[in-house]
Amino acid sequence: MPPETPPDRLRPLRVGVGGPVGSGKTALVAALCRMLAERLHIGVVTNDIYTTEDADFLRSQGVLDDNRIRAVQTGCCPHTAIRDDISENLEAVEELETRLAPLDLVLLESGGDNLTATFSQGLVDRQIFVLDVSGGDKVPRKGGPSVTSADLLVINKIDLAPMVGADLEVMRRDSVARRGDRAMIFSSLRKTDGAGEIAEWILSEVAQWAKPSSVRG
Amino acid sequence: MGSMNLLLLADGRFPAGGHAHSGGMETAVATGGVSDLASLHAFLIGRLATAGLAAAGLAAAACTTKHPWDALDAESDARIPSPALREVSRRQGRLLLRAARALWPGSVLDDLGAACGGTPAGARPSVHLVGPHHPVAMGAAAAAAGLEPLDAARAAVFNAVTGPASAAVRLLGLDPLAVHRLLAEMAPDMDDSAHCAAAGSGGPLDALPCPGSILLDLYAQRHALAEGRLFAS
Amino acid sequence: MRSRSRIAASWSNGRTRLDCIRSCAPIHLRDTPDGVYLVGGAAGPLGGDDLLLEIEVESGATLVVRSAAASLALPGTGGASTVVINTRVAAGACLYWLPEPLIACLGCNHRILIRAVVEAGATVVWRDELILGRRGEMPGGVSNRIDVTLAGRPLIRNELRVGPGAPGWDGPAVAGKAAAIGSLIVISPELAHEPAPPVRLGPTAGILPLQGPAALATAAAADGRELRAVLETAQHLLAG
Repeated sequence: MPPETPPDRLRPLRVGVGGPVGSGKTALVAALCRMLAERLHIGVVTNDIYTTEDADFLRSQGVLDDNRIRAVQTGCCPHTAIRDDISENLEAVEELETRLAPLDLVLLESGGDNLTATFSQGLVDRQIFVLDVSGGDKVPRKGGPSVTSADLLVINKIDLAPMVGADLEVMRRDSVARRGDRAMIFSSLRKTDGAGEIAEWILSEVAQWAKPSSVRG
Repeated sequence: MGSMNLLLLADGRFPAGGHAHSGGMETAVATGGVSDLASLHAFLIGRLATAGLAAAGLAAAACTTKHPWDALDAESDARIPSPALREVSRRQGRLLLRAARALWPGSVLDDLGAACGGTPAGARPSVHLVGPHHPVAMGAAAAAAGLEPLDAARAAVFNAVTGPASAAVRLLGLDPLAVHRLLAEMAPDMDDSAHCAAAGSGGPLDALPCPGSILLDLYAQRHALAEGRLFAS
Repeated sequence: MRSRSRIAASWSNGRTRLDCIRSCAPIHLRDTPDGVYLVGGAAGPLGGDDLLLEIEVESGATLVVRSAAASLALPGTGGASTVVINTRVAAGACLYWLPEPLIACLGCNHRILIRAVVEAGATVVWRDELILGRRGEMPGGVSNRIDVTLAGRPLIRNELRVGPGAPGWDGPAVAGKAAAIGSLIVISPELAHEPAPPVRLGPTAGILPLQGPAALATAAAADGRELRAVLETAQHLLAG
């Protein structure tokens, strides 16, 4: 058997990346790996339908060896696999953590799903929800558990906002109304440093996670 | 209390990864073997009589807690010729054991966990291959939950039939009412299989049923290499 | 009809010697340079037959068993027919079981039980072929169970059942639309050094490496010829 879950904080920070199909989850994971690879030891679990194209995509973005990626099949139930029955994902995460120890960060990309899909607390420590402007600027107002409860809301593809008639200010205002002071970042991952702010957020979460509990604040 | 625990253990929502497995259905659909209710029925009858009966026999035997875990492990290996299915069985067994230990902690499941901590003889040392086979974990979980060998056999049979049926609903968009009616029609046969499997649970392990299925074995090998698959098996 | 037949081979003076070759009708055994042949003395097995064949191969010896022609499992007045084959293969011995197929005729009710006790370091090539009915005929009931223990550990236990009384056998989980099914088990010390890889031999045929120095080739084929071709390919890949 793999070892029982190590005591809190001895294991890496597990960050879930969720969001609707096409919002840019895989691109975000690739960008984060590229930007953080020199500073953190990273493993990735992906729940999307995983083909050699996906693997090639992550590989072509550099920095992530095949053996650092685990694909999990969800049996057409992406939300079940991250929320109701997390066992296959937990197994994949723990296998990576055991095999690649010590890791600092495990990114867990969900399969594309709807606004109600959230990660279980039993699976991840932080969650990022990725929306894109082409879904319409009303999405943050609609709320849903993912928008309201994610630790970080990323609104992606802002370069498309003028073309799709999305008002970023409306999205910011609605997001604050739904989420209070939880973090929200506008991004455009097509730019080379488009994920810079998100990477900074991750680094600060990892630093906070790794602190001894006596000084955790 | 016993029968409530059986419902919990057999429930498709039991958090042990069952939703991600199609029991060969994804490949059966991909190769055209299953395309409608009639062919689904034929598939399920065959699966019940082969993989379902074999799993039920092992689960019932494990539930007696009279047989050594390593003997049950070897008997399971011998009944699963497909290496892909052996790996899937151990993975599902590992996940089931984890979940069952959370629900019904105690010496039965601790013993099983300790017994299958090592690498089985001849296997390459990989965490993937460690863990009890799924039917053995099922039987042990049933015992830990205060259930009888017949209950363990029922859970195994139920799992072997309803898993692929549910996968067929998702893959083919079949009417869930029609599929469930089919399951209800099969219920007496499922009960018979469970009784048949449980009858030998206390006897010698070599006498447990070992029905084979050529296509399920081959589907599993094919699925393990398939591109863009939706299910883990 | 009850019958007890036996073949025992050992190694002496630099060659394999048949210590015992005892035929009991309807099984007729004939020693030839090409191996021991099962010669069809009667159209059998018939319903009611209860046939036992014992095979022992001592260390160093090589025994090849073949048959001259396909055998027919036929219905009879005496109920089910049963063939039991008990075999023991010692370390360093080789057993090749390569008979012609069994044809499951309409109305038959036939059971085959194969028990092989194999010591570590032995070589076994065991082929089973079953033709599902004569031309245009539905097969009767056949169950073929093989139990092999290798070095005291169960290696494979596999029972294939076809015909009426075998639910779902011709469905998409078991044998599909096949007209011939079969398997080839290879146990070889060489597979301990270099385990067999899983190989696909066609849409419904493949090699499955077992837990140990052994592999099972399994196939559901359109006819006996296709089945033989697949199993011969498997034999070539696994046993040279």
